[in-house]
Amino acid sequence: MPLTVNGTDFPTHGLDPDMPLLWVLRDVLGLTGTKYGCGIAQCGACTVHIDGVATRSCQVALGDVWGPVTTIEGLGTPETPHPVQAAWIATQVAQCGYCQSGQIMQAAGLLAEVADPTDAEIDDAMSGNLCRCGTYPRIRAAVRAAARAMKGA
Amino acid sequence: MGRARTIARRSFLIGSAAIAGGVAFGVWRFKTPYANPLLRDLPEGAAALTPYVIITAEAITLITPRADKGQGATSVQAALIAEELDVGLDQVSTDPGPPSRAYWNTALSSEAVPFRATDQGWLAETARGAMAAPMKFLGMQITGGSTTVPDGYEKLRRAGAVARETLKAAAARLHGLEVATLTTERGAVVLPDGTRLSYQSLAAEAALTEPVTKVALRDPAGWRLLTKPMQRIDIVAKSTGKQDYGIDVTRPDMLYAAVRLAPQGAALRGFDATRAETMRGVEKVLALPGGVAVIATSTWHAMQGAQAIMLDHGPAPFPPDMAGHWQALSESFDSARQDSQFRDEGDVEAALAESTDVEAEYRAPYLAHAPLEPLNATVLYTPARVDVWTGTQVPRFVQKNVAAITGLAAEAIHVHAQMIGGSFGHRLEDEVTRHAARIAMAVPGRPVKLTYSREEDMGHDFPRQIAMARGRGRVAGGRVVAVDLGIAMPSVIASQMGRQNIPAPGPDLQIVAGAWDQPFAIPHYRVTGYRAPELAPVSSWRSVGASTNGFFHESLLDEVIHAAGADPLEERLRLCDHGPSRAVLEAVGEMSGWGAPMAAGRGRGVAFCLSFGVPCAMVVEVTQTAEGIRLDHVHVAAEVGRVLDPVNFDGLVKGGVVFGLGHAMHGQITYEGGVTEQTNFDTFRAMRLCQCPEITVRGLENGERIRGIGEPPVPPAAPALANAIFAATGSRVREMPFDQHIGFV
Repeated sequence: MPLTVNGTDFPTHGLDPDMPLLWVLRDVLGLTGTKYGCGIAQCGACTVHIDGVATRSCQVALGDVWGPVTTIEGLGTPETPHPVQAAWIATQVAQCGYCQSGQIMQAAGLLAEVADPTDAEIDDAMSGNLCRCGTYPRIRAAVRAAARAMKGA
Repeated sequence: MGRARTIARRSFLIGSAAIAGGVAFGVWRFKTPYANPLLRDLPEGAAALTPYVIITAEAITLITPRADKGQGATSVQAALIAEELDVGLDQVSTDPGPPSRAYWNTALSSEAVPFRATDQGWLAETARGAMAAPMKFLGMQITGGSTTVPDGYEKLRRAGAVARETLKAAAARLHGLEVATLTTERGAVVLPDGTRLSYQSLAAEAALTEPVTKVALRDPAGWRLLTKPMQRIDIVAKSTGKQDYGIDVTRPDMLYAAVRLAPQGAALRGFDATRAETMRGVEKVLALPGGVAVIATSTWHAMQGAQAIMLDHGPAPFPPDMAGHWQALSESFDSARQDSQFRDEGDVEAALAESTDVEAEYRAPYLAHAPLEPLNATVLYTPARVDVWTGTQVPRFVQKNVAAITGLAAEAIHVHAQMIGGSFGHRLEDEVTRHAARIAMAVPGRPVKLTYSREEDMGHDFPRQIAMARGRGRVAGGRVVAVDLGIAMPSVIASQMGRQNIPAPGPDLQIVAGAWDQPFAIPHYRVTGYRAPELAPVSSWRSVGASTNGFFHESLLDEVIHAAGADPLEERLRLCDHGPSRAVLEAVGEMSGWGAPMAAGRGRGVAFCLSFGVPCAMVVEVTQTAEGIRLDHVHVAAEVGRVLDPVNFDGLVKGGVVFGLGHAMHGQITYEGGVTEQTNFDTFRAMRLCQCPEITVRGLENGERIRGIGEPPVPPAAPALANAIFAATGSRVREMPFDQHIGFV
């Protein structure tokens, strides 16, 4: 079965079916926007969407991928950013930026499910994503700004 | 200096081989320079006058040699140059440049002398000047100590001004005009008739022009970029997955590697790789000093292989468990181990002999740096040349040590600095490039990317120093009368410099930094540093000595103030003898509505620490809930002389607060059987978003010198939280992490 990433099908024959999706994306497909941080679903840096749901790609073996995958590269581009990315840019969330692909995918997943999340819902959804630089105040602000922008659109 | 020197070499800028000619400008000519490192690789017909600005027919490139590990160093360095050069940040590209002595850090040395940052007397200034010479001799191209802004503040603006004035001179010569009639704007020289000559169009002429080195720096009142809100130049890439870090380096025909390492310093007796060698994707297994490497067809296969290797190693050369570490610290409060006593005012012994009202012991654990990007380096080894792609704060150490390992000259080692996904001090170490070089030598001609698993990264970190303090105090008439603080820790600087074979003679200022140098006038006041024996190998961790000592000093001071029955903020203000420090305390008092009544179960605590020349004060507000302590709000004020980028300043201060609070609440590295017990984020806990308080920041600009803000918000965070917990609950927490003693929401 081919692997669909950002709308493109990739053949998977010859690949190790036990290989986590994270490493297939990074080392096989060269999509390095998705990051390795812990390998045990504790940091969220590897978050992608599978069938539209935010998922830790370090925990999904290639053979178990159940639907089309969207990575940070497929969410939006510098020229046409997704509203969550646009909010991240306007709020200047990133410091080192290493966790932010995962943060953005997590936030986009939240807003796809809950258009107008409460502060508590934002805290719940985003607390599995670690930021060692401490950008949490701006992450909260950017999620709220993205929600407003998406509602207005 | 005569005509600009022309050279015939290929471009050092990747992908710019087609460039026909250009010019490079900077400040190094001003202060008895080192050879300009850009000379060695510029394209034919190009000229290099200085090491910070390159202009070619196609592009303007600013060289930003201080490593960017998330603090925005690239942006602020570029803005300092661009302000005087008259270009927009959207018109330039940046490049970290090659490792070079020319990029030595001027500001780092000025803090390596035993004078308080608040002391600007003749002796202190002379000592700072004297330290600059050896730092320059060593060519210390180091990013650290919150020095990027103080170091570059003048020299980068000067580099921009030299380039601008030389471009004007070139335009004047080309068009037969007086220089005084020309102006510059957004990357162009503007002639009196309004004609715009882009800098790129003037590159070839500028390369033949005598550089204009007598330049005056502009009045800050006229700045276009600095002090205004700026968009960091990496913000779009970092929000769209387009920012490449060291871990993302991809080279043609690249192999992947992982390591499995014995405890630090333990001898490797042997290993069994039987299973690993048969695993899918594994290409090669090789021994390293203190461990084993696996080369494979993907990072995951390399990590799987490394995990399957059984190591046989000797014991770690430090106490196997924590009781032994604490005992070593406890036994170091001894005159034979006294390292310094830079502060000894009044007669502490006599004052405390009359009455000792407070006596307390404080503890701070080892902590991992644990940036989210694990250690990594990509190396291509050939018998004549080695290329190293990695994120590092010490590129010249990397170059020197890879040269020693490969047996090549330093000039044959090409270090390509990469964006760093966090450091907090770990990238001041270079163990990853040493291992990566040895791995690459096993596969000559093929690039190999070594990535540490999180477990290897955290389990073999050189952690923040463990430390213990003992304090006493006396009060009289509602005032603090005597404070005596002794601090015992191993020497971070000796441990760190030892790995570079650089001696660190004399007392280690970091053992007492953030404690001996505080701007308080207490009648009887003494701070003594005790050098504990070397235990686990330790390294600089965001704010270094002050990260533990700020907690010790401000906790003790708070206890003594409480014993006096005085108000924690009012008494600190009464004792403070430094204007800018008083101002940050007054600011957080005003911001937090200090003194206003709080509901039962709530409390606010104040703390202050002057570190890296920056006075920083913080008020933390907490609530005791059924689920534990909740952090409500933090008010923080810091004095940096001038806030160059208000948006980034606000972010760095908030990040420092989160870093300081999170580790104080939950963070520790412990050893059992000589092995690190915490090797991932399930056990090495950090602050999560749901725990993050509201944080309000104010930057003050009353100081005489410009300072950096990367580290100073960290030291006051832990004591402000401990003091708030005391105010809310009546319980003093004297040991980090606090969650050993009290629960948090």
